[in-house]
Amino acid sequence: MRDLDLALKHVPLRAPAPLFERPQPPKGVFTSQRGFMRALGLLAVLLVAVLPFMDASRYTMSIATSALIYVMLCMGLNVVVGYAGLLDLGYIAFFAVGAYVSGIFTTVLGWPMWAALIATIIACITAGIIIGAPTLRLRSDYLAIVTLGFGEIIRITANNLKITGGPSGIHGIPSWSFGPWSFDDGFSLLGIDFPERVVFYYFVALVVIVVGVIGAGRLAKGRLGRAWKAVRDDEDAAEAMGINTYIAKISAYIIGAVWAGMAGQLMATHLSAISPNSFQFLYSALILMAVVLGGMGSTPGVIIGALFVSLAPELLRDFAEWRYLIFGVLLVVVMLFRPSGLWPATAVLPWLRRSRPTPPAFTEATAVPASIMESVDGTPTTDAHEGDRA
Amino acid sequence: MMQLIWNGLIVGSFYALVALGYSMVYGIIKLLNFAHGDIYMLGAFVGFFTLSAFGISNETSIPLLLVVLLLSMVTTGLIGVGIERIAYRPLRRSPRLAVLITAIGVSFTLEYGVRQIFGPNPEAFPIRLESSGFDVLGMRVTASQIVLVVIAAVLMLVLAHIVERTRQGRAMRAIALDPTGAQLMGVNVDRVIAMVFFIGSALAGAAGVMAGAYYGSIDFLMGFIIGLKAFTAAVIGGIGNLYGAMLGGVLLGMLESFGSAWFGGEWRDVFAFGFLILFLTLKPTGLLGARVVERM
Repeated sequence: MRDLDLALKHVPLRAPAPLFERPQPPKGVFTSQRGFMRALGLLAVLLVAVLPFMDASRYTMSIATSALIYVMLCMGLNVVVGYAGLLDLGYIAFFAVGAYVSGIFTTVLGWPMWAALIATIIACITAGIIIGAPTLRLRSDYLAIVTLGFGEIIRITANNLKITGGPSGIHGIPSWSFGPWSFDDGFSLLGIDFPERVVFYYFVALVVIVVGVIGAGRLAKGRLGRAWKAVRDDEDAAEAMGINTYIAKISAYIIGAVWAGMAGQLMATHLSAISPNSFQFLYSALILMAVVLGGMGSTPGVIIGALFVSLAPELLRDFAEWRYLIFGVLLVVVMLFRPSGLWPATAVLPWLRRSRPTPPAFTEATAVPASIMESVDGTPTTDAHEGDRA
Repeated sequence: MMQLIWNGLIVGSFYALVALGYSMVYGIIKLLNFAHGDIYMLGAFVGFFTLSAFGISNETSIPLLLVVLLLSMVTTGLIGVGIERIAYRPLRRSPRLAVLITAIGVSFTLEYGVRQIFGPNPEAFPIRLESSGFDVLGMRVTASQIVLVVIAAVLMLVLAHIVERTRQGRAMRAIALDPTGAQLMGVNVDRVIAMVFFIGSALAGAAGVMAGAYYGSIDFLMGFIIGLKAFTAAVIGGIGNLYGAMLGGVLLGMLESFGSAWFGGEWRDVFAFGFLILFLTLKPTGLLGARVVERM
């Protein structure tokens, strides 16, 4: 045995070679899920980026920017609800924290916006820890109601404090500026003028949202993301598998908070004024509806849900009056009949279904080589071992 | 000082009535019924609708209040049973998140359904309680306040009797302990759960009518905050425990009454939710709650 150990010491450990070549995962836009989704995403970004060149009216830009901010918020809530399975009913509170921190730091303290962004992120992480740390040890439905209460606390506090401007909120939040140059000045590039702050902000929002969407989607695929999904599906089993469920949950919570805070900062700079009324429970519920409607845990679904919830009242005026009632009924109907949403996270493109690569048929060529079979059967080697032991 | 206690007691009895429904439903099927606060709102609106239909306004009679109270209780009870049947029963075996989200949907449907019917503005409740009162032990007490507290107390006693002394009550306690076991012993689980929803919703409806008569105005969002407060009360008392819900309600009413006296009325809600978070952190089982073993 000792000889064997010695001999193995100098042999690098290597995984056994595969018995047969695995087929390469399919590539191409129409032949693979991944390729198609990437192409679709690129197309969507291009369409959104082209919009200001078609119609740069203040109104269009304003609702388009709001829709983008909704997408950011929904992606953040999707991390909390869709991936980690924690029901957060006070999500708008983090949005409020982001908006108010950036508002206060820029107007009261006179910081530039980029510095306020750092403060915003730190404040959101802190808020996430403060509210998450005591409640995440409890059952998930307690979390729902505590977050609901927390959302109200933030709103009422903003309403009552002097530094947050009370019920009228904060006005005159400046736009991004670097040294003497500010977004308000605008600039022209390659003969195209970017005069208006609105159009300009639209692009900033677009960049942030693209980063946010891709970032959340990639986080979900990594180690942390798999831990979230394990916790969501069965917390006890996840814990038994060695996942620190508390850390997984609180990190989902913090990431959700940061996403909402960034959205809040975009919102504060986009509208340049914020007031406690924009942070009612109603909006937490709306964002939740967008996530549930689109499909919890599904990036394309959540984006569609966010766009529907934010744009539908603008595009259909008659709908605006009835929307909350309709959203409420939709929530119940979706949960009853299609709990995974419009675009479920596990959706496979219709023409790709059932075309999974099948392993090659068993033939002479793919058969396990005789030498390996021998060692598995063990006839020559066992003899040697027996001899060794004797 | 005594005045603060008395005010706290009145508000607390509303909280307690709503908290009882929360606590019963939670105890029996482990569901946070977010729509429960809206049942309270519905109770007030059912009372408003009936009285307006008869052309009554600015009435002060207490017997009339009792009649409306009963009518409202039956209506909201039936609505509660309907909600359970349509929205919660099909999801009883689904993940918890699904039912919670459905409950939010139901809450929204009720709130904005009422908004579409009665309009977004507050309505004046047709029964007003007279404000003449007398001084006892240094606190100002009106006859109608006493009536409200007595009604609340009677309702709670009836409930305690049902749960502890009747066959149906025993079935409820059995299901709370072990639903499958209760079913094996021949308890009709669906019917008992429907009954729990009926009782809980009826109590919330009663609280709604009483609050309408006490405050004088009702609106479609009045159930939201009280739903949160009632949940806080249920948690403070120990969720799933009936006496806990009553104690929690009264205690929360007092805490708020003192809190707004000391810190100012605008901080009242912050104070209440702060207590909720504090309790969940330090003593999640509440004052009277037993240690619950999580079933997998």
